[in-house]
Amino acid sequence: MNPRRLFAVWHARNLEFLRDRSTLVFNFVLPLALVVAFAVIFGGQPRNLMDIGVITAPGATLDAGLHPFLGTRYVDFHRVEAADLDAAIRAVERHQSALLLDLRGAPGYWVNADSPNGYLAEKLLLASARDAVRQPVSGAAVGYVDWLLPGILGMNMMFSCLFGVGYVVVRYRKSGFLRRLSATPVTALEFGAAQILSRLALTVSVTTLVYAVLALLVPFRNDGSVFLLFATAVLGAICMISLGFMVAARFSSEELANGFINLVSWPMMLLSGVWFSLESAPPWLRMAAETLPLTQMLQAARAIMLDGAGILDVLPRLATLLAMTAVFLGIAAAGFRWRAA
Amino acid sequence: MKPVLEVLDLVKQYPGVRAVDGVSFEIAAGSCFGLLGPNGAGKTTTVEIMEGVTEPTAGRVLYHGEPLGKRFRDEAGIQFQKTALQEFLTVRETLQMFRRLYPRGRDVDELIVLCALEQVVDRDNRKLSGGQLQRLLLAIALVNDPQVLFLDEPTTGLDPQARHNFWDLIRAIKAEQRTVLLTTHYMEEAYFLCDVVAIMDHGRIIAEGPPSRLLKEHFDDVVLELPRDEFRVDPAKFPLPVLTAADRVEILTADVEQALRALLDHGVPLRHLRIRPRNLEDLFLELTGRELRT
Repeated sequence: MNPRRLFAVWHARNLEFLRDRSTLVFNFVLPLALVVAFAVIFGGQPRNLMDIGVITAPGATLDAGLHPFLGTRYVDFHRVEAADLDAAIRAVERHQSALLLDLRGAPGYWVNADSPNGYLAEKLLLASARDAVRQPVSGAAVGYVDWLLPGILGMNMMFSCLFGVGYVVVRYRKSGFLRRLSATPVTALEFGAAQILSRLALTVSVTTLVYAVLALLVPFRNDGSVFLLFATAVLGAICMISLGFMVAARFSSEELANGFINLVSWPMMLLSGVWFSLESAPPWLRMAAETLPLTQMLQAARAIMLDGAGILDVLPRLATLLAMTAVFLGIAAAGFRWRAA
Repeated sequence: MKPVLEVLDLVKQYPGVRAVDGVSFEIAAGSCFGLLGPNGAGKTTTVEIMEGVTEPTAGRVLYHGEPLGKRFRDEAGIQFQKTALQEFLTVRETLQMFRRLYPRGRDVDELIVLCALEQVVDRDNRKLSGGQLQRLLLAIALVNDPQVLFLDEPTTGLDPQARHNFWDLIRAIKAEQRTVLLTTHYMEEAYFLCDVVAIMDHGRIIAEGPPSRLLKEHFDDVVLELPRDEFRVDPAKFPLPVLTAADRVEILTADVEQALRALLDHGVPLRHLRIRPRNLEDLFLELTGRELRT
């Protein structure tokens, strides 16, 4: 690895990106506009529908026959599996769920007294279940914007990483620029490292800038370390750039590369918890989501920002990101081609 | 003198086509070697194998007696037939990027002057004319101050001024004792620049040597050219072979006096007669045929 050659390719790629104003503006403006729009739509006001989790004995149906309280109108009752009890209690702590009702035996419930919805839900419950056992929890509200912000920033990083490397490398190959480079002393490793580092610097800079601007525009919650969050973003970006590089290792058709990048980006956008939590999704779907780098990055980021998680809490996810990076780069190195087929 | 480059029994087989079929030749230090041939003759494939960017099916290429390796990469300058450059970069930035890829080389400012790029040095690559782009690609090929320079059809698509300007550049580089390998469609260019030419067709070399020697070996006749509208004779009744072109006829003969007598006997006016020696283009067409290649 020759640092001078790596710098040459890295620097040229940076100039190319920074001067491509339309792409640069798009990278910056899209996440900003999305978060601000969601803040305007959802910000401040509690949602009309009250959400209450219910744990029952296996096979029981959620209706007034099981308990009169379940017949209350304008309330969204959803079933909580016993295995997901901790997550459901956390939702009550964060005000995401108004109340968690346990109907497996004598009625009991968890409620956050600081939550307006929790207060109302408790009054309604006690009207029909006066002897229900109260288990108070506490915690500040997590607004939808608090929850959504890491998702939108992560999604923007994902598109920037996948297309910014994948599409560009395929374009270089198709145009013959890669073939020209192959006739110089630059190695595939130096070329790949330059592309990854260039895109990493640009993606992390843009994300940091958007994060800072949003902190001024839309106050949001971050209970954890900013440095740990930054490290998570860096590792997540490296992993997704490597995935983009792997997809681009051989193709010389932009259309084909586009298709493959969409093939990996859409499942991440839908399954990695960008827009909604997968906590109530079937276990197999959650297992599948765990194999996606964006899931790993977002789960770690949300744990840091919403729960104040420390390095030991998110270490397994960061290690998973590193392992995925190694696999993607290994496959990319084995399959890399300088010239079009 | 030991050759700089040796090509030994090169073969490149693609599915259904043998692009290069047992090609061998040597290039002497400080010489300009021209590889000529119609479209699809195997020139570019041969050159790309010599440049180390395409693997041969069989055969070897040696640089100073050694297989292509680090020394070759450091000392070779390459101008591909088609090369796209990075977008949004200026001429100077592009040269600086390529310059950094080599441990040694020419100063970027010196290259800008050598390749007459002063006027466009801060211009985006995408806004260069054909001649300016070719000069930039040549400058890129020269960034490492190469000992051997590969030029694959460097003047295709250029206007006559740009082409002559390019030839002057190549002659200046030749004067510095660099070895040059040139492929071209322009016979005039090969005659003007090359010390040795090899004519390829169907993946094989069918003639090789200094242009003047090849012409002497293949031709002992000259060409008499006359305007077509002044040659009012049935070619079948004329005693010498007559080639009819759009605006002129060409009579091939080794005996000029006999041809002139025949023309006078048939009452052909000689006012616009032109006698020229056979050139490389004649040789090329003679060896590769006149049918159109795709």
